[in-house]
Amino acid sequence: MLRDHAIRYGFIVLLVGLIAYFAVAADGFVSPQSAVFIFQSVAITGVLALGVTATLVVGGFDLSIGSVATSAMMAASYAMVVLEQNAIVAVIACLVIGVIVGLINGWLIVYMRVPDLLATLGMMFLLLGLQRIPTEGRSIATGMTMPDGSVANGKFSEAFLALGRHRIDFFIPNLIPVSVVVLVVLAVLIWFFLEYTRFGRMMYAVGSNERAAELAGAPVKAYKIWAYVISGVFASIGGILLAARLGRGDIASGNNLLLDAVAAALIGYAVLGAAKPNAFGTAVGAVFVGVLLQGLTMMNAPYYTQDFVKGAVLVVALVFTFALSGRGKR
Amino acid sequence: MGADAVFRVEGLRKSFGQNEVLGGISLELHSGEVTVLMGANGAGKSTLVKIVSGVYSHGAGSMQLAGKAFDPQTPAEAIRAGVVTVHQNINDGVVADLDVATNLTLDRLSGKGASMLFKPRNVRREARAVADRMGLTIDLKARVADLALADRQMVAIARAMAHEPKVLILDEPTSSLSSAEADRLFSLIDRLRGHGVAILYISHRMSDIRRLADRIVSMRDGVISGAFDKKPLDYEGAVNAMLGRKIHLDRVVARSSARAVFTAEALRIAHGAKPISMTLGTGEVVAITGLVGVGKTALAETLFGVRRPLAGTMHMDGKPYAPGSAREAIAAGVFLVAKDRAASGIVGDFNIERNISLPFLKRMSGFGVIKKRAERAVARRQIDELGIVCRSEKDELSALSGGNQQKVMVARWMSQASRLFILDEPFQGVDISARRDIAAKLRASADGRATLIFVTEIDEALETADRILVMSEQTIVGEHRNADIDLDRLLAEVAGGPLNSAP
Repeated sequence: MLRDHAIRYGFIVLLVGLIAYFAVAADGFVSPQSAVFIFQSVAITGVLALGVTATLVVGGFDLSIGSVATSAMMAASYAMVVLEQNAIVAVIACLVIGVIVGLINGWLIVYMRVPDLLATLGMMFLLLGLQRIPTEGRSIATGMTMPDGSVANGKFSEAFLALGRHRIDFFIPNLIPVSVVVLVVLAVLIWFFLEYTRFGRMMYAVGSNERAAELAGAPVKAYKIWAYVISGVFASIGGILLAARLGRGDIASGNNLLLDAVAAALIGYAVLGAAKPNAFGTAVGAVFVGVLLQGLTMMNAPYYTQDFVKGAVLVVALVFTFALSGRGKR
Repeated sequence: MGADAVFRVEGLRKSFGQNEVLGGISLELHSGEVTVLMGANGAGKSTLVKIVSGVYSHGAGSMQLAGKAFDPQTPAEAIRAGVVTVHQNINDGVVADLDVATNLTLDRLSGKGASMLFKPRNVRREARAVADRMGLTIDLKARVADLALADRQMVAIARAMAHEPKVLILDEPTSSLSSAEADRLFSLIDRLRGHGVAILYISHRMSDIRRLADRIVSMRDGVISGAFDKKPLDYEGAVNAMLGRKIHLDRVVARSSARAVFTAEALRIAHGAKPISMTLGTGEVVAITGLVGVGKTALAETLFGVRRPLAGTMHMDGKPYAPGSAREAIAAGVFLVAKDRAASGIVGDFNIERNISLPFLKRMSGFGVIKKRAERAVARRQIDELGIVCRSEKDELSALSGGNQQKVMVARWMSQASRLFILDEPFQGVDISARRDIAAKLRASADGRATLIFVTEIDEALETADRILVMSEQTIVGEHRNADIDLDRLLAEVAGGPLNSAP
């Protein structure tokens, strides 16, 4: 009984304990601004993590999310700065990239029978290279010189930048960034989809016992491909938010996105003793990492310890999931 | 032949917890003889093999090899003593990525006193010697992964023979071979028999048994239920001993059906098999029985759209029926409780309620959103109807007994009305009371649909069905109304007697 409770609520208790500790130890940790900052810092990785959760649910994995996000960022920048298009075109271009990459990933895995890790690893490399080709490896910003010698004069539209920079009034003026709203909306959407619709239910069935799902009449291949499309689209939304925040197509950004997002999704396994991928857990996992990093930063922990801390949290969470709950034994 | 037994098992017992799997097995193997061991699933064959090959320890009883006590603690010890087993899964016996020569000498490479350095020339020379002794004509440099299944099997056996065993155990070696491939295996076995090896050959395939057996031993429920060594061998007696024939059955009152629901016309499910034609009527329960590997599951999967027939047509209620997937079959009202519930039925991450609703979520949803109240109501009704023993509909399936797990699988497909309800081995791994519950429920609810069950055990057919069809060699070879059945004729059909003349 105690053990059941430890498994179920252990990670939530840990999160609350962590917040309490930082509240005492770090000045100004408990404030609306600080809370918003935490959410903002995890918004992009959170969106990516929610997407990868969909592929984990069907028993797959998507390593290409980080490079889908940066590709979307470069595509949005290219559309606005070089092609001088408006925000809507830029956003649509990103989403189309997400859908196409998801379809290709799904096709490789389902029809070409490439193992998921390898297919998406290949796609990751492909996109990392592809996003550099149009500008010959240069970052995209207004006034840059193109390979043919011309100067790109387009600008990021204000409407697009608002996605990353505008803050909505919420009791306090200019409190909540749009990116946090996007995160919350997508989290609620994917949570509802996975928990309450028959499509989400079937995706869990496919992930748990593919043959049983097929014999129960589920179009298993379609569900798997859809999962990768969801993952690709979420990653491209993450890329839109990243471009809007940076205001330029920065070749060097987004290095940590993949690992952070995967960590959040895997930490999510441990939340409420689910022992399986779930949207609520993923969101909590993302916030957990955000709280930890914000707290440590406010206590003046050096930036280079961050990855170590994230890794340690992930390992602890995985022990919670697999050793304590006994599910891993199966 | 007929010399003193080289290997002798006396009064061997084995229990797992409360469950006695072997209840005093005594068995003799003679040099230069093939002893066939027959037994249905769960008879204890594989437990016996695992004890003899040193995987399991045993309870009471003793084993002797060439007059000396034999009690291996590990598989390696059994092999050193001269008892070598080739397991059913061929790929357990070979390393696919290495070449044939390395595979043939693998045990020497890793054995005691092996040289630290790998000398390809020595390996090839030793392998050549092994291959010659076996009469193998496979290219020694070929990668095992590139070989046909039968060749891999040969390599696995040759590798086993490199130990120069006194006793060789072959566990269903032909289960994944074609008949031409099996012929090559048989000549290898003849050769080994000539070398004086005592062979224990485990199989269900009557054609193999007729070809190879010097003696037949039948097992049932953990005991030897028959031993046959008088020539000509009594094959029907052996099948009878294996499947048992209990007269104190719950007999059914056979019904007959007036209206056809499902018909199959000249359906062929395997190359070279005779076509199958049958009619299933509304309200009747039909059992198809036959040994393992005669095509029961292939037929079930063909009716359910998972497999395409090679030829022939099917009709449901007079309309052409050619399902391309399980989805289409379900839409046409054909439901299947698949064999091996752990692999093909149970969704491990789901509780009872979610396992039951799985195929019919669409009917329980509005705009894609699941109506959880409706889902729960269906689950509770099914738990009630089938008498599933559980705390609530939220229980995980892993918490249930095998019988109750199977009831959940049956409940899943009985939660909606079907036109043709197929159950493939519904009583496997199910205790007697759950088996009775399921059979009674099937019969009580049979009105308005055709019910078809596939069972290996004849008892199960006799207890459940109105009509019994017998399968052998991928086709239907006999039909019996379940009243005043001529059991001898039925057994002869199961044993495949009239169809294939013994060589």
